[in-house]
Amino acid sequence: MRLALHAEWTKIRTVASPLSLLLGTIAATVALSVAVTSVLTCGAAGCRSDTTKLSLTGVELGQALVAILAVLVISGEYSSGMIRTTLAAMPHRATVLAAKAVILTGIVAAAGTVAVLGSLLAGRLILPGHGFTAARGYPALSLADGPTLRAAVGSILYLALIALLSLGVATVVRDSATSIGVVLGLLYLVPILSQVIGNPHWQRLLQQIGPMSAGLAIQATTDLRSLPISPWAGLGVTAGWAAAALLAGGLLLRMRDA
Amino acid sequence: MTPTITPYRPAQRAGRDGFPQLLHAEWTKFRTVRGWVIGMVAAALMVVLVALLAGASSVQHDLPAVPIGPGGEPVTDSFYFVHQPLAGNGSITVSVSALTGSIPSAPGDLQPGIVPWAKAGLIIKESTRQGSAYAAIMVTSRHGVRMQDNYINDTAGLPGPVSAASVRWLRLDRSGDAVTGYDSADGTHWAKVGTVHVDGLGPTVEGGLFVASPPWVQGMGTEGSVSTAVFGDPRIQGGWAGGKWTGDQVGPESRSFSGYPGNTSGSFTESDGSLTVTGAGDIAPAVRATLPSGGVIGDILTGTFAALIAVIVVGTLFITTEYREDLIYVTLAASPRRSRVLAAKAIVLGVVTFAAGLAGAVVAVPLGERLARANGVYLFPVTSSSLLRVEFGTAALLAAASILALAVGTMFRRSAGAVTTVIVAVVLPYILVANPFMPDSVSDWLTRVTPAAAFAVQQTLVPYHQVTSIYTPYNGYYPLAPWAGFAVLAGYAAVALALAAVLLRRRDA
Repeated sequence: MRLALHAEWTKIRTVASPLSLLLGTIAATVALSVAVTSVLTCGAAGCRSDTTKLSLTGVELGQALVAILAVLVISGEYSSGMIRTTLAAMPHRATVLAAKAVILTGIVAAAGTVAVLGSLLAGRLILPGHGFTAARGYPALSLADGPTLRAAVGSILYLALIALLSLGVATVVRDSATSIGVVLGLLYLVPILSQVIGNPHWQRLLQQIGPMSAGLAIQATTDLRSLPISPWAGLGVTAGWAAAALLAGGLLLRMRDA
Repeated sequence: MTPTITPYRPAQRAGRDGFPQLLHAEWTKFRTVRGWVIGMVAAALMVVLVALLAGASSVQHDLPAVPIGPGGEPVTDSFYFVHQPLAGNGSITVSVSALTGSIPSAPGDLQPGIVPWAKAGLIIKESTRQGSAYAAIMVTSRHGVRMQDNYINDTAGLPGPVSAASVRWLRLDRSGDAVTGYDSADGTHWAKVGTVHVDGLGPTVEGGLFVASPPWVQGMGTEGSVSTAVFGDPRIQGGWAGGKWTGDQVGPESRSFSGYPGNTSGSFTESDGSLTVTGAGDIAPAVRATLPSGGVIGDILTGTFAALIAVIVVGTLFITTEYREDLIYVTLAASPRRSRVLAAKAIVLGVVTFAAGLAGAVVAVPLGERLARANGVYLFPVTSSSLLRVEFGTAALLAAASILALAVGTMFRRSAGAVTTVIVAVVLPYILVANPFMPDSVSDWLTRVTPAAAFAVQQTLVPYHQVTSIYTPYNGYYPLAPWAGFAVLAGYAAVALALAAVLLRRRDA
């Protein structure tokens, strides 16, 4: 396993695109968070806002870049034929996938930490200037605050889980364009489709099983009762999706010819 | 003498390299790749399936009927009415010396304040049935004197708010179907505000004083408000004989009426010739916020998002596969004028996507509508020309998005980045807009400048200036006109295609 990890680390390290995608994830996440927080205002009439969640809006964009990175880790090998070399060198295929998953989790978690902390820092600096002051019930965002810490840690874990989900899907599908389509479809379509479900019970159920709508419940710090699913349970749903995708990918990787 | 040998000449003519041949080549490529054809069929099916889901999932048989105005549009027709039957022609005059109100502060609590379109004045109405024809002249809290009729028509009169120091006199004069409104600041000098023709008033109308107080719009929600007006000296003249006033709440249980806030209720008291009337509700066209259970065509076509992802993937693969399989060398060797190759691809892809999208939309809309109606769902009315625009607009939206994907795919030459870029550009803004915490300014900006502006082609709801409401894209109101919104996406696609053509010519394949 150590050799497999070393091999995967070398592959990721020596190709230009993973690094630029990681930097892109950080930039995109922070940029969208800054854009959203800088247009928020808390007027004299009062405001009802979840400032932590809004400061972390960028994760909804950052996850798309994480998905590209994760998909390319495996589909890049299929499109270049590298996968045959990899599997010839390491015939135990589950180990290859596990090594890829470990390396991917590590780098995405590292970039995600920077992105999430950057977004929260931006919120902390920008929001007080827009009327979100302690006097109005909005103390500056701080990791010392329990729910904010949970939202921050949860968002990092969420990004890592999206990477694993994308890796699993790409291992099953093998083509990068289709994999990205499937992953972004799973993430983005559930919140949109759930809007048209008129039956509140089914609507809630759909939001409970969607990898993004459930997983991002981890970012909520106010009004937890109105969430379709509790924060950690929601992240658990995303983890379930990631595990299922990786399992399916691992099985197919073993059963199919490369 | 050696015989001359005629060299062999092939009977076949030399291949032509015109643009039709290029189109034919690209069409052949497209239709012979099974995955791409499946992708297009899937896109059309997604539109239909989601329409079925939307139509089947909502059951509203137990809700009260939606009041319908004389023009066939859904209306809010709930207000406090101090009335008496008036037969034949005549006029009614009154002064208004105060209009005050209460708006919600915390849940269950009220504070003094008034909504901008709180209304108090004179109305003559076919009957107290909701949705019946009427003409009215009124003072409003922020928009001066207004004459309104049949829910959607609105004419401005004297400006400025009403108070004890600036009393407004109002008069409504009926002559057959014609109703004329007058206003005055002193009770002697009268100005005509307008004459309207109201069909179906009948020989005897219900006429009198009314107070309405539309919901208070705050952030992402609305809550009921209540207003009180002081009327002085109501005089009934002409052929009308004055009788006893009766106070009634019109439409107390209505889908478009959110009810009285807190412990308030509608009432009127009479003393020394003046009447104090308290009321809530509105006499106006219904909008999404006042009729949230009403369905719109845009909801039925939500499958467009799923279809978008499919056509974006196919559009990208249409070019990136050539790079991956090294077919691009053959393509460009056969047709060295590279911009024409790209143009041929864009045309083939655009036409195929348009056809798939149109097929999906044309099947999805009537199916979804029929299912929704069968389940008792009220659908906001749509003219047949708007319906055609929505269907063709949806197909055009999908076609433009696939061409954008083709162009970005040509620039990037790699699928993953291109697919993500286009999906994020078209779909993510809509998701951000759908976040209920998102401020209106962001929603507005996102649906003006990003490719998601194109979803305006699916808009069928009409905003009304005389109804303060939440006109956000989330509620089905886009800031741009339908085809202007589409033009934003088409502009992105055109610019991307031009850039892609330049890059394709400059770069080695």
